[in-house]
Amino acid sequence: MSLLKITNLHATVAGHEILKGIDLTINAGEVHSIMGPNGSGKSTLAQVLSRRQTYEVTAGEVLFNGKDLLAMKPEEAACEGVFLAFQYPVEIPGIGNAYFLRSALNAMRKYRGEDEVDAMDFLPMYREKLKLLEMDEKLMSRSVNEGFSGGEKKRNEILQMAVLEPKLAILDETDSGLDIDALRIVAKGVNAMRSPERAMLVVTHYQRLLNYIATDFVHVLVDGRIVRSGGPELALELEEKGYGWIEAEARQSAPASV
Amino acid sequence: MSTNLDTIRSLAERDYKWGFVTDIEDDRIPKGLNEEIVRIISAKKNEPEFMLEWRLKAYRHWASLEQAQAEPTWANVKYSPIDYQNIIYYSAPKQKPGLKSLDELDPEILRTYEKLGIPLAEQKMLAGVAVDAVFDSVSVATTFKAKLSEVGVIFCSFSEAVQKHPELVKKYLGSVVPHTDNFFAALNAAVFTDGSFVYVPKGVRCPMELSTYFRINAAETGQFERTLIVADEGASVSYLEGCTAPIRDENQLHAAVVELVALDNAQIKYSTVQNWYPGDKNGKGGIYNFVTKRGKCAGANSKISWTQVETGSAITWKYPSCILQGDNSVGEFYSVALTNNYQQADTGTKMIHLGKNTSSTIVSKGISAGHGQNTYRGMVKIMKGASGARNYTQCDSLLIGDQCGAHTFPYIEVKNSTARMEHEASTSKIGEDQLFYLQQRGLKAEDAVSMIVNGFCKQVFRELPMEFAVEAQKLLSVSLEGSVG
Repeated sequence: MSLLKITNLHATVAGHEILKGIDLTINAGEVHSIMGPNGSGKSTLAQVLSRRQTYEVTAGEVLFNGKDLLAMKPEEAACEGVFLAFQYPVEIPGIGNAYFLRSALNAMRKYRGEDEVDAMDFLPMYREKLKLLEMDEKLMSRSVNEGFSGGEKKRNEILQMAVLEPKLAILDETDSGLDIDALRIVAKGVNAMRSPERAMLVVTHYQRLLNYIATDFVHVLVDGRIVRSGGPELALELEEKGYGWIEAEARQSAPASV
Repeated sequence: MSTNLDTIRSLAERDYKWGFVTDIEDDRIPKGLNEEIVRIISAKKNEPEFMLEWRLKAYRHWASLEQAQAEPTWANVKYSPIDYQNIIYYSAPKQKPGLKSLDELDPEILRTYEKLGIPLAEQKMLAGVAVDAVFDSVSVATTFKAKLSEVGVIFCSFSEAVQKHPELVKKYLGSVVPHTDNFFAALNAAVFTDGSFVYVPKGVRCPMELSTYFRINAAETGQFERTLIVADEGASVSYLEGCTAPIRDENQLHAAVVELVALDNAQIKYSTVQNWYPGDKNGKGGIYNFVTKRGKCAGANSKISWTQVETGSAITWKYPSCILQGDNSVGEFYSVALTNNYQQADTGTKMIHLGKNTSSTIVSKGISAGHGQNTYRGMVKIMKGASGARNYTQCDSLLIGDQCGAHTFPYIEVKNSTARMEHEASTSKIGEDQLFYLQQRGLKAEDAVSMIVNGFCKQVFRELPMEFAVEAQKLLSVSLEGSVG
C-alpha cells in the first residue's frame, strides 16, 4: 500500500478553482518534489493535504496510509503523521518554544495512545535536534518564532519536524528567503530525517534546493494540474529552460480551462 | 475559515460549574433601603455608635445622589436601571452565635466551600494560605487565625474587627475611599455587611498568603462587602480574593469597597480571581460587579501591587487604583479581563502620583470573545509636587471572533515637567493562521485557543502567587470553552 494516494483532487479557495485534478502516489521512503510557476497551485496542494479549512475540496480522494485524509481535521492529519513545514511560520507570543513543541509532541502521543513525555525526558532529545540544526539553546526560552529571523523561523520548522517525526513531511517553499548557509543547514536537517518509513514532498519554485536534497521524483504543476513527471534531471531542465515552454505545452493540451 | 469561526464561537458556550445553590435557612431582612434598614443592619451586627453614625452619614449622601440621579453613566456598559428598593441588603445563614470552631459551622456551608474547591478545614487546606470565607452578607469562617496572631497579624472578618479592634477601624475606615467618593462607594458604606480585615504590624512579613473567598448564595440579595488591609511600617502581606455565585436569571448586585494602606517601607500585594456568574450565553442573568478598590502608598518607599483576573460577572466596573503619596512609592496594576457571550467590562486603574520619584506600572490585557465588550479605562495623574515621577503603561487587546469589541480610554494628566511617561497599546485578533499552525502541530482547536490566550496573558499571570497562577490559567480556558467548536 502506498503512503499517500491522491486521485483526481480538485480544490477551490474563495470560489476559485486552484487544483484541477491532481493524481499523485507517494510511497514510504521516497522524496518527491513539486515544482511550478507562481500561482500554479503548489502551496494550495500543501495546505489541502494538511487540511487547512480555508481550502474547499470539491472532488477527488486522498488516502493516507489507507485512511480518508480529506475527512480529517488538521490536528487529526497531524497526529496521523502529516507534517507541514510552513512557508510563513506564525508567531505565538508568550508561549515558549520548548513548551510548545513538547505540547505538540504530547498531543500526538496521546492521540496514538502513548504516554506523555515529561520535561526531563524531552529536554535531551530537544537539545540534540537543536545541535543538528545549529540552533542556539537560548531559543528554548524564547516565544515561538517571536523575534526570529527568516532563517531561524525556517530552521525552527525543521527542528519541529525532527522532534515530531512525521510519516509524511511536506516542505512548503522552505528554501525561500534563505541564504546559502541557512539553506545548507536546513538541508542537513532534512537529509538526516530521510528514512525508509518516511516520505517527503518538497514544494519549491527553484531547483537550487534540490542540489542539497536529493529527490527521487519531480512533478511539474501548471494551472492546477501535474503536466509532467520525471526524475531529478527534469528539475535541471527547468532550471535551464524556465517554465515558459512547459506552460505553453500545457495550454495546448488543455485549452478549455477557464 | 467558517469552521474556525464556529470553533471560536462554541468555545464560549461552556457551563458555569460553580452555579449551584446551597439549600440553607437564612436570616434576611425586608427588601428596600432607608435609614431604618441601615439601623437594622448596624443593630444586627451589634455595632458601636461610631459605626452607625458613619453608615447613616453615608446613607444620606447616597440618598441625595440617588435623588439627583447621580449614578455614574460614563462607563462603556449598558444595563437597565437598578431598582435599589427591590434588593435585600442583609442575608446571613442562620447559625449559632459565637462559633468556637469550624465543627460548629453548618455542614451545608462546609460542603459548599468544599464543592468550590476551598476546603475550610485547616489540615486539608493549601499549606500557607489562610482563608476568610464570606457567605452572602457575613463571614462564616476564618482559618489559621491563631497561627497568624502569634506574629501579631490580625486577620478576621470586618464585623469582628469592629468589635475587637475599633481603634484601628476608626482610624483607617474610609481613609482611602471616603463615603463621598462615588455612588457605589456611598451605597457600600451605608449597607456593607462584612468583609475581611487585615492588619500587619511594624516590621512583620506576613508568614502566609491571606485570602477571602466570597460566595453569593441567597436570591434577590446584593453583596456589599468591605475589605481593609493595613500594612504598618516595614510590613508586607500578600492577599488573594476569589468569588463565585449561583446561576440565576435575575441580575444581582455586588458593590464592594477595598481599601489598602501601606505605611513607610510597607508592601501590599492584592490579587483577585473574579469568577462571579457571568450570565448565560444569551446575556440573561449574571452579577453586576461594581467595585471601588484603592490603595494608598501613604509612606515613603511603600509599594502596592494589584493583580486581577476578571473572567466572571455580567458587568464589571472596577478600577483598582494607587495613590502614590510617599516619596519613592511604587504602584502596580496587572490585569486580565475576559468578556465572552454578552459580558461587558469597563476596567482599568488610576495612578495618582503625589510624592517625589514615584513610579507606576500598568499592564492590561483585555480579551473579548462572543459578543463581549471590553474596555480599558485608565488615568495616570502626575501632580505638581511629584518630581521625577515615572509611568509605564501597556494595554493590549485580543479579539476572538468577529462579534466582539475592544475599547481603550487612557487619560494622562501631567503637571510636573520632569515626569517620564511611556504608553504602548496593541490590538490583535486570534488569526486563522495562528490556529491552523497549532492544529497542524497536533493541538485541538480549543487547546490552541487556550494556548494563544495564555501566552497573551503571561505577563500578568506571572504576577500571581504560584498556586493561583495555575488556577487562573485553568479558569481562563474554562471561561473560553465554547468560543471555539
